[in-house]
Amino acid sequence: MVGEPLLELRDLHVTYPSLQGPVRAVRGVDLTVRAGTVVGLAGESGCGKSTLASTVLRMQAPSAQVSGEVLVDGEDVMTMRWGRLRAVRWAEASMVFQGALHSLNPVRRIGQQIAEPITLHEPKTTARAAALRAGELLERVGLPANRARSYPHQLSGGQRQRVMIAMALACSPRLLVADEPTTALDVMVQAQVLDLLTGLVRDLDLGLLLISHDLSVLGTTCDRVAVMYAGRIVEEAPARAVFADARHPYGKALSAAFPTIGDPASRRAPRGLAGDPPFPGALPVGCSFEPRCPSAIGACSSTDPQLLPAGPDRQAACLRVAADGSWLSPEPTRQETP
Amino acid sequence: MSQPPLLELRGLQVHYAGARGAPVRAVDGVDLTVRRGEIIALAGESGCGKTTLARTVLGLERPAGGQILVDGVALGSRRRELTAWRRRVQLVPQDPMGSLNPRRTVLDAVAEGLRIHRLPGDERALVIDALERAGLRPAERFLGRFPHELSGGQRQRVLIAGALVLGPELLVADEPVSSLDASVRGAILALLLKLRDELGLTVLVVTHDLGLAWNIADRLAVMYLGRLVEVGPTEEVLADPQHPYTQALLSVVPESRHLKPIVLRGEPPDPAKIPNGCRFNPRCPALASGRASAVAGSCTSVGLEVLHGTGEHEAACWLSASPALRPLSY
Amino acid sequence: MSALLQPAPPTPAKVSLWRLFRQERGGMVGLGVLGGFVVMAVLASVLVDDSALDVTANVMNPELAPPSPQFWLGTDENGRSVLALVVKGSQVSLLVGLAATAISIAIGTLVGIASGHFRNWFGGLLERLTDWFLVIPFLPLAIVLATVLGHSLLNVIAVIGVTSWPATARLVRAQTLTVEARPFVERARALGGGDWHVMSRHVLPNVMPLVMANTTLTVAVAILSETTLSFLGLGDPFAISWGSMLEGAFVSGAISRGAWWYLLPPGLCVVAVVLAFTLIGRALETALNPRLRER
Repeated sequence: MVGEPLLELRDLHVTYPSLQGPVRAVRGVDLTVRAGTVVGLAGESGCGKSTLASTVLRMQAPSAQVSGEVLVDGEDVMTMRWGRLRAVRWAEASMVFQGALHSLNPVRRIGQQIAEPITLHEPKTTARAAALRAGELLERVGLPANRARSYPHQLSGGQRQRVMIAMALACSPRLLVADEPTTALDVMVQAQVLDLLTGLVRDLDLGLLLISHDLSVLGTTCDRVAVMYAGRIVEEAPARAVFADARHPYGKALSAAFPTIGDPASRRAPRGLAGDPPFPGALPVGCSFEPRCPSAIGACSSTDPQLLPAGPDRQAACLRVAADGSWLSPEPTRQETP
Repeated sequence: MSQPPLLELRGLQVHYAGARGAPVRAVDGVDLTVRRGEIIALAGESGCGKTTLARTVLGLERPAGGQILVDGVALGSRRRELTAWRRRVQLVPQDPMGSLNPRRTVLDAVAEGLRIHRLPGDERALVIDALERAGLRPAERFLGRFPHELSGGQRQRVLIAGALVLGPELLVADEPVSSLDASVRGAILALLLKLRDELGLTVLVVTHDLGLAWNIADRLAVMYLGRLVEVGPTEEVLADPQHPYTQALLSVVPESRHLKPIVLRGEPPDPAKIPNGCRFNPRCPALASGRASAVAGSCTSVGLEVLHGTGEHEAACWLSASPALRPLSY
Repeated sequence: MSALLQPAPPTPAKVSLWRLFRQERGGMVGLGVLGGFVVMAVLASVLVDDSALDVTANVMNPELAPPSPQFWLGTDENGRSVLALVVKGSQVSLLVGLAATAISIAIGTLVGIASGHFRNWFGGLLERLTDWFLVIPFLPLAIVLATVLGHSLLNVIAVIGVTSWPATARLVRAQTLTVEARPFVERARALGGGDWHVMSRHVLPNVMPLVMANTTLTVAVAILSETTLSFLGLGDPFAISWGSMLEGAFVSGAISRGAWWYLLPPGLCVVAVVLAFTLIGRALETALNPRLRER
C-alpha cells in the first residue's frame, strides 16, 4: 500500500443546473487511489458515484459545474489544456463502463475497437502493429486472440466485459476506473471478471477504482472501501472492516443487505432500509441519511455530519460514532452546529 | 398431507427451435413438487433453463413432454384449462422500469389483470387493497402516478400489487430484486415472506442469487443445462452441498468468504449441445482434480436420473451420497 | 416496512408536449402559418361570394389583368378575381390533403401494427401487401382511375390514400416490433392479455407519437400530390383548387403572357402550407425525442 497516489480527489463538488434548481450530485469528496491497490466505492442510485467517475477523465456533462481538484498522477484534470487532456485520456487513466453491451459498436469487429485507442494515441502505429497489440490484450484478459474478428453480438456478457477491460488497457494506463463492471453478470462470471481485474492490478501495478452497489463484491476484492450516500463519503475504511463491521448506519445496512449464507440471523429475516435512496435535487436539511436511519437522534435532522476519524485508519460521517469508533448513546454529540 | 400438492412437474420437457433446426432442450426432464405455502428458489446461471421453466409454469410456454399437475390433476393444453390455471398463478417480472408501460398510471397497471379477465367488483377498491398489501400506503396517492415518478422499490411493489390483485395462489417471481438498490432489497424480500405468512401464497423465485435463497426460501433447486442438479431444504443444500456445481457456485458468492473460491473456467454451456454422461462433466472441478476418479467413467458416459424433487436433499452426481442413482432410460 | 411516498421527485421528464413544442421556433412559425390558412379555408365560403367564382358573372371584368386596387391579385382568363380563387381554392387543397392523409394514416397504422404484432402467416401476408402497394406508381394509377372512374375529387383522395399508406405502415411496423420487445408487453401477456389487448392498450399508445409526427409530413405530401393531379387535369374540373389554378394558368398561356399574378399566388400558397407542415412535423419530432433536443 505504499504506491504513489495515481488519483486524488480533493474537495470535489459537482452540481448540475436543472429546471427545478441546482442538483448537487457530489458534495465534497476526498478520495485517493494508490498504485497497486484497489479502492472500492460503494453506493446506490443517485449517490453520485457515476458522476464522480466521469470527472476522472473530465467527461461529466457539459452543463455540470465542478469545483475542487481531480489529480491524475499529480495533474489536475479540470484545469488541463485540451491537448494534454486528450493525451491523458486512455493513456494515463481509462474507464471500464457499465453496460458493456451498449458501449461496444455493434457493427465493428472487436479487434478494431480495441485497436482504435492505440492508433488514436500513437498515430504512427501501423494497422498491423495495432492488430497485434489487440490480440495480445485479448490474451491478457483471457480470450483467444482469434476472437478479434468477432462482432460484439457473437460474444457472451462475460466475454464482452473482458473486451471492455482489454480496451481500457490498450494504451497502458496506470489508473483504471471500473463503473459497475459486474452488475449484469452471473455470479460465476462475476467472479472471473473480478479475478481478472485484481490480477491485472497486481501484475501491472495499476490503481483501480471499483464502483459497485454490491458491498460484498467490494469487500472481497478491494483494499479500501468508501461508502457514498447523497453525494458524500459517509464511511471509509479497509475493505474487510467496512464489510464485517461498518460504523455508519448506512454502511451497516448495505452490508446486511447481502446476507452471509449460513448465518442463522439472516435466515428468513431479510434486512433492508425503509424508503428509497434520496434524489440529489431534494436533499433534507441536516444528515441526508436521517429519514431512513434506524439510529437517528434529534440532532441528526439539523446537523450535517462531517467525515471524521472513527477508529484506527478509518473514518465515518455520523454524529453517533465517536473518534475511537465506538457507538454513542443519544446524548449531546461531538459536533457543534457549524 | 392428504391434500395433493399445488403443483407437480413430472418429467417436464420444454424445447424450442434452435439455429439449425435441431431442437434446443431448454428444460430437459424436471421433476418438482411445490406444496402450498412453500417458497422455492430456482437457482442457476443464465442459459440453464430456469426462466423457461418458470414461463412454462405460468402457461406462457407449452411443454414438449412431461406433465404439469395442478392439485393432482394433469393440466391439459386446452385453452379453457390454461386460462383457468393462469388466473391462479401470477408473474412478478424483473426489471421494474421496463415492465410497466410508461404511458399508463399505477391504477391502470395494477387493474390491467382485472380488466383483461373482466372480473366483477369495484376495481378501484381492489386496486387500493392490492397496493396496500404490497406496502404502498396511502394507496390513493399512488393511483395517478406514472412509473417514472416512482423509485425502483415502489415500482416493484406496484408489480407485486398487479399480481396480487387477481388473488393468485402461486407467485412466480423472476429475479425480484436483482435490478433494485441493495438497501431496498430487504424490504421487498420481507414483503414476499409476509405475503406467504398472511395470505398463504406459494412463491417460486427464479434467481441467480444464493443469498436470496438463504434469506427467504424453504427449498432450493439448483439447475444446470435444463436439469435440476441438486434440490432440497435450503439449509441442507447450502450448508452441505453435494453437487460440485453447487459447491462452486456457493464458493464464489462473495458472502461465503470461508470457502475457498472454485472459479469454473469457461462460459455456461450452450443448451443446444448437451454433453454425454453427466452434463456438468466438462467443467466439473471434481473430475478435473481427480477427486472423482473412482466414478470418472460414469461421469463421461452414463446419464443420471432425474431428481425426484419432492422434499429431501438430493443431488444428481455419481460422487454424491444420495440414494442409489440408476442410469437414465430417457 | 411500508414504503413512504416521498414528495414527488422533481424528475425532469414529462414536461408537457406543448411546452416542449413551444420552444421550437420553426414549429411555432409553421403553426402560425398553418393557422392562417385554416382560418382562410374555414371562412372561404363566407369571404368569397359565389358570384366571384362564376365564369359567366365575371365576363365584364378585364381578362388576365394585373393587380389593381379593384382586384388585389389581378384576374384570371375568365375575369375572375385571383384573390377570390386563391381563398376558395384553399378549401379543396386542404380538405383533400387532410382527407387523403386520414385514410392513409388509418390504413397504415392498422396494417403496420397488425403486421408487426402477428408473427405468423397473417403478419407475413400483410407485409407482402404493404410491399405490393408500395411499388404501385402514383401517377399511372391516377391516370387509370381517372380514365376508368371519371374525374372527381373522391378519386383524387383515393389515389393519394392508396399510394401513401405503405410508407406509414412500414414505419409503424418497425416501431411495433420495438415496443413489443419491451418487458411490459410480456407482462400483459402473462396477465392473460390477448392480441387485441396488447395491440390496443400497449402498442397503439406507444406508437401514436411517431404516427403524429409522421402525419404532418404525410399531409404535406398529400397536398402536393393533389396539386400535381389537379394541375395535370386529373382532378375534378369544376372544383377550384390551387392545382387547378396552376392548370388554368398554364392552359391559358399565362406564362407566355407574363401574367405572374395568376401563377405565383397559388404556387406560393402550396409552398407555404407544405413548409408549415414540415416545420411542425420537425418540431414535433424534436419535442418527442429527447435525444434530438440536446443539440
